[in-house]
Amino acid sequence: MTANGTAAREGTEPALVRLLSPEGTRVPHDEYSIDLTPEQLRGLYRDMVLTRRFDGEAVSLQRQGEMGLWVSALGQEAAQIGSGRAARDTDYIFPSYREHGVAWCRGVDPLTLMGMFRGVNHGGWDPNTNNFHLYTIVIGPVTLHATGYAMGVAKDGADMAVLSYFGDGGSSQGDVSEALNFAAVNNAPIVFICQNNGWAISTPIEKQTRVPIYQRAAGFGFPGVRVDGNDVLAMMAVTRAALEHARGGNGPFLIEALTYRMAPHATSDDPTRYRFAEEEAEWRLKDPIARLRAYLVNEAWADDAYLAAIEAEADALAKRVRDGLRSMPDPEPTAFFDHVYAEQHPLVDEERAEFTRYLAGFEEGH
Amino acid sequence: MAARTLTMVKALNESLRKAMEDDPKVLVMGEDVGRLGGVFRVTDGLQKDFGEDRVTDTPLAESGIVGTAIGLALRGYRPVAEIQFDGFVFPAANQIITQLAKMHARSLGKVRLPVVVRMPYGGGIGAIEHHSESPEAYFAHTAGLRVVTPSNAADAYWMLQQSIRSADPVIFLEPKRRYWERADVDVDEMPLPLHQARVARAGTDLTLLAYGPMVRLCLDAAEAAREDGRDLEVVDLRSISPIDFDTIQASVRKTRRLVVVHEAPVFLGPGSEIAARITERCFYHLESPVLRVGGYHSPYPSSRLEEEYLPTIDRVLDTVDRAFAF
Ligand SMILES: Cc1ncc(C[n+]2csc(CCOP(=O)(O)OP(=O)(O)O)c2C)c(N)n1
Ligand SMILES: [Mg+2]
Repeated sequence: MTANGTAAREGTEPALVRLLSPEGTRVPHDEYSIDLTPEQLRGLYRDMVLTRRFDGEAVSLQRQGEMGLWVSALGQEAAQIGSGRAARDTDYIFPSYREHGVAWCRGVDPLTLMGMFRGVNHGGWDPNTNNFHLYTIVIGPVTLHATGYAMGVAKDGADMAVLSYFGDGGSSQGDVSEALNFAAVNNAPIVFICQNNGWAISTPIEKQTRVPIYQRAAGFGFPGVRVDGNDVLAMMAVTRAALEHARGGNGPFLIEALTYRMAPHATSDDPTRYRFAEEEAEWRLKDPIARLRAYLVNEAWADDAYLAAIEAEADALAKRVRDGLRSMPDPEPTAFFDHVYAEQHPLVDEERAEFTRYLAGFEEGH
Repeated sequence: MAARTLTMVKALNESLRKAMEDDPKVLVMGEDVGRLGGVFRVTDGLQKDFGEDRVTDTPLAESGIVGTAIGLALRGYRPVAEIQFDGFVFPAANQIITQLAKMHARSLGKVRLPVVVRMPYGGGIGAIEHHSESPEAYFAHTAGLRVVTPSNAADAYWMLQQSIRSADPVIFLEPKRRYWERADVDVDEMPLPLHQARVARAGTDLTLLAYGPMVRLCLDAAEAAREDGRDLEVVDLRSISPIDFDTIQASVRKTRRLVVVHEAPVFLGPGSEIAARITERCFYHLESPVLRVGGYHSPYPSSRLEEEYLPTIDRVLDTVDRAFAF
């Protein structure tokens, strides 16, 4: 491992923004600060706990055969909730495929996300309902869509900004570099958030890049900041500032959230083949939820009754998700013909008719 | 050495190992091919035995993978590049179509690019979007690329050997739903030439032509058709560019009926070209038009509908019935 490679992973750089220590104490910072009421802090805690719960429930449901696959966001709750809650409803968000916490902030129902992983559709939600675009499985392209959207926002002079998420692995894609450049050249109102969770399946960050990802922004000509991605306060503070920057006509901003993928890449993955349990144990000590809980409890802003109430709410959410997923109906057998084109297309019509006749043949005892 | 029973994954793994032992210029590169051994374990253990210099985990960028494979080939290496899934080859489409395919012609034959681009393809495993595509027609449509696909472990072993030795770029499509099926693999047996089709089951009444994942299905369909008193021949195409029309022609002149089966969409799929050429070659022998069974003109559906979308034994037999009704 080279010195540069180490820099790409660890938060030892002086530039790391942190407002809440892993032990749950406030840390002052020269540039970034945040002042939240106990109520607001409890809200962030609740968001993180509920996200973790439905995410964990999804893992179990996948194991029980209710979904083909699930990609867990375990460990990344602060990076997602902090940034997601920093956005206004009017801002527009382009996720990658693991942003369940951000989806939660936007009011996208967990069952909607799970439908896609169950295989009833490829996403299917209306991005404009919650200003939350579809998940995109192919890594890279969506950062350009986000950039183009932001270019449109600038043309319209609208008072909003765009948030675009990608991973440490995604940072290697040509499309992502193009997005950073197009955003810069067009002074687009966009905030890129790279969740550097250390791994792209089995590939460690050292094999993706030799410089910390936030430093790339400088090369494209806009600010980049590295944030403790397991610190929900720092994530919220920096994302708020970055969105202000973008909305204010100052162009793009890159946030690198240093976090860790505590779960396997996906339910099909076996991380024991490529990483050590020690590393996971180390990051468990930096858990984003435990950190905020310690802060809330130390300040006497949350007592046992409150924590128990949140747990009960999480249990109820898990049950709702479980029941909902188990009873989620399959689409009609011809559904894949339904939305291929916006306008009528004779080949689709012909094939649908042929397939419908074929299915009817079965009903008649083919 | 006697034949051994191997899964297709193991056969591919042994084939790569053999190629690397035989030729120090052979390199394996791709996402997660090293310590993980690839998401399907095709490259399992290779990095441990041949080192990171020859088995390389690349950054996550398919254009980068194929583009640098081209550069390595220019420098005299024989890269075997893995694309993790069919649906992720498209970021590399520019490198494959405008560069890899054309360099030999552009250099008037002075530059050879012996690059193999391997990828799992096809559906049937209940995967999420972009993990079940059949992109063979895009590549076969591009002059300069050879496109092959084994249907079983023995072909997988040998066709990969032959592809790595080829002086031309080869798109090597691995039918992922057959990865765990076993077959006898004799690593000493002289194989068929890479681009020759194989009669997988002899029959007299109709030819089912398939490749990759659909060969097994057609063999099963042929078994089922016996109950209807029909004796179907099954031809495993093996190579989609070039296509061995002579073997198909010989089969069709005998059986007089042809049904082509692939997972790729029927519209402008390989079956279209085969139907046109075989109609031309066998016009007076045919008892029915060449019929096709395949995917529909729709994006590959979400997994809960893939059984509807993909060819099944029933759909194949239904089409066989149609061929006999002409
Ligand atoms: C273009 C493309 N190539 C390959 C893949 C397969 N793949 C899915 S996730 C993944 C790793 C992604 O790592 P990263 O960007 O760090 O995101 P994370 O999974 O850590 O959230 C890979 C290689 C893909 N989805 N898209
Ligand atoms: Mg990652």
